[in-house]
Amino acid sequence: MPDLRFVIPRQEINREAFASSSPDFNRRSEMMNTDRGFKCRVTNIIRLTELEKLFQLRIVEPSERALFRFKPGQFLMLELPGYGDVPISISSSSTNHEFLELCIRKAGHVTSALFNIEAGASVAIRGPFGSSFPMDEMAGNHVLLVAGGLGIAPLRAPLFWINEHRDRFLDVNLLYGAKEPSQLLFTWQFEEWEMINHIGLHTIVEHGDAEWKGKNGMITDLFNDISIDVQKSYAIVCGPPIMFKFVCSYLDKLGIPMNRMFVSLERRMHCGMGKCCRCMVGSTFTCIDGPVFDYWSVMNLKEAI
Amino acid sequence: MIYKVISKKEFRAFVDALVSNNRSYGPQQVETDRNGNPVYQFKPVQSVDDIAFDYTATASSAKHFFLPFREELSRFSFEPAESDRLPHTDLELVHGMENGWIQKINYDAEPVVLIGLRPCDISALNILDDVLLNGHFPSPYYLAKRKNTFVIGMDHLPLPDCFCKSMNHHTVTTGFNLFCSDIGDHYYLSINSSKAFNFLKEFESRDPNDDDNCLLVERRKMIQNGFTTEIDVTALPTILDIEFDSPVWEKWGNKCLNCGTCAMVCPSCYCYSLTESFDTSLKGAKREKQLYSCNLVDFAVVAGGHNFRPKNGDRLKYRYYHQHRGFAENGNQQICVGCNRCGRACLSGINPKDVINDLRMEKESCLTCVSSSPGRR
Repeated sequence: MPDLRFVIPRQEINREAFASSSPDFNRRSEMMNTDRGFKCRVTNIIRLTELEKLFQLRIVEPSERALFRFKPGQFLMLELPGYGDVPISISSSSTNHEFLELCIRKAGHVTSALFNIEAGASVAIRGPFGSSFPMDEMAGNHVLLVAGGLGIAPLRAPLFWINEHRDRFLDVNLLYGAKEPSQLLFTWQFEEWEMINHIGLHTIVEHGDAEWKGKNGMITDLFNDISIDVQKSYAIVCGPPIMFKFVCSYLDKLGIPMNRMFVSLERRMHCGMGKCCRCMVGSTFTCIDGPVFDYWSVMNLKEAI
Repeated sequence: MIYKVISKKEFRAFVDALVSNNRSYGPQQVETDRNGNPVYQFKPVQSVDDIAFDYTATASSAKHFFLPFREELSRFSFEPAESDRLPHTDLELVHGMENGWIQKINYDAEPVVLIGLRPCDISALNILDDVLLNGHFPSPYYLAKRKNTFVIGMDHLPLPDCFCKSMNHHTVTTGFNLFCSDIGDHYYLSINSSKAFNFLKEFESRDPNDDDNCLLVERRKMIQNGFTTEIDVTALPTILDIEFDSPVWEKWGNKCLNCGTCAMVCPSCYCYSLTESFDTSLKGAKREKQLYSCNLVDFAVVAGGHNFRPKNGDRLKYRYYHQHRGFAENGNQQICVGCNRCGRACLSGINPKDVINDLRMEKESCLTCVSSSPGRR
């Protein structure tokens, strides 16, 4: 028989009590939705190219749907039960509270499994995590968006935001480069962006085919087409690491201040909340301080690009 | 904090009462190494006689009671019971869809007594508290285990390769329930929790008198002066920043075998990976957390195959960067406590003292006036 005087009592951790124990109310929601994902229904899957699909999700529980709010540039952890979770940037409008759209490339273990599911399947999302593009700070200025390949996916959310608040911005230019014409994403929206939202859209491909009527070359060639007012311009750059180097150093030479250039970085992530340390860049977490960094921080981070 | 003095005999009776009524772990000799020195580990103990109170240091640290190698975080059930199902939403009624799965989470932790933790081990737990509880997104899994653990700390004379004094972790004031300092035939107890105080009420102890206090200070001094290994950590975070492209990393990186042992034995390494796997019945799946090491080759590999840290040196540098510079998450605080477990466990003889001294040489040789740092007497 145990001597009850010396038995250490068991202390239960109640999830709700734990979440509300934080002195900072803003941290409450951070704690609520990190260990348990929001259950989502895949309502539609659009095949964009051979390797990319656009997933449309809807959070099942109305209360959770009301809780999930994000800012342009943030990402979420998409979990397919049994396979694992992946960090995916949100490419739908931040004012669309009904549906989420995620542009996913078939690249790894989880995303390959995601390519086999059909509309109607259930997945879980955790988040939103990370920093966002400072859209309010950008208001009243020219905006230059530079996307390479899949880099258009994280840029779609700020683009939606700009389109919905178009009167707050001066000239908006989108430079978009891809390897081949067939790899250009969201082509069905190009006309809408150009004609309705008055966004200067410039596309370029490395290897054009017979039907391609646009330009051939690298994305930096597009800078000759536009004039940039460096005093009143903000730039958002997203693409493969090699593109960051060329585009950012070009814009830097042009004279755009470093704190007005924003990049969205990509790293391996396992938690999204600064615990697994997989996404470290120098001494900073991509998941908490990023994925959106200004160019000044990127220059100061070791091994960033 | 309340201080008491207890005789060693009475202390054994106290530990015995705790051990025989709770799940307890204490240091035990498990093997001898190739030099004939005993190897200790924290093992389950049933009575006070199982505990080696005179142990030197355990090969693995005490963090595994809080961060196990494998930990099940949650469980998915694909065939949920009727009672677990969510009510149908309007959308489901339209499409006639069924609930696909149910996620279950519990923060299970049994009360555990840990006996004989060293000050550096307890310091490491405090650092883990900082990272896992005080930062962004506190971890309830860790909190459950931390709350349900009764920690009894013990001081010890430094080993020849300990350098916790340089890291300022050779004494500890928080993070334990009870801490014992050896003062001859008595233990000087620092009581830091009501639980410990209540248990001690049942045993004969007295308030410390002047002699005991003198003995305690002497003991602390003896420990303080017993360190033979020291590392000069002055401005180390800055030096690590400056020396990011130093050839030292490649030199030591070429020796590294990428086995990840250093992170496994480290008391404050907490990086992990998440994996999910299906049950063999295909009726459920589990989400598991595994401790990981930044020296393993695929630590920073992203989907598509790009490795952000392709070279051994890059990964070794990253580990030292985390250990001795600290990350933003824990206020840029160093997380190394100076127990030198990684140095002892390393198969190719990489130890923090040599690497950091090498790095400092690299830096200070550029200066015309080389300061006489205590680390290189």
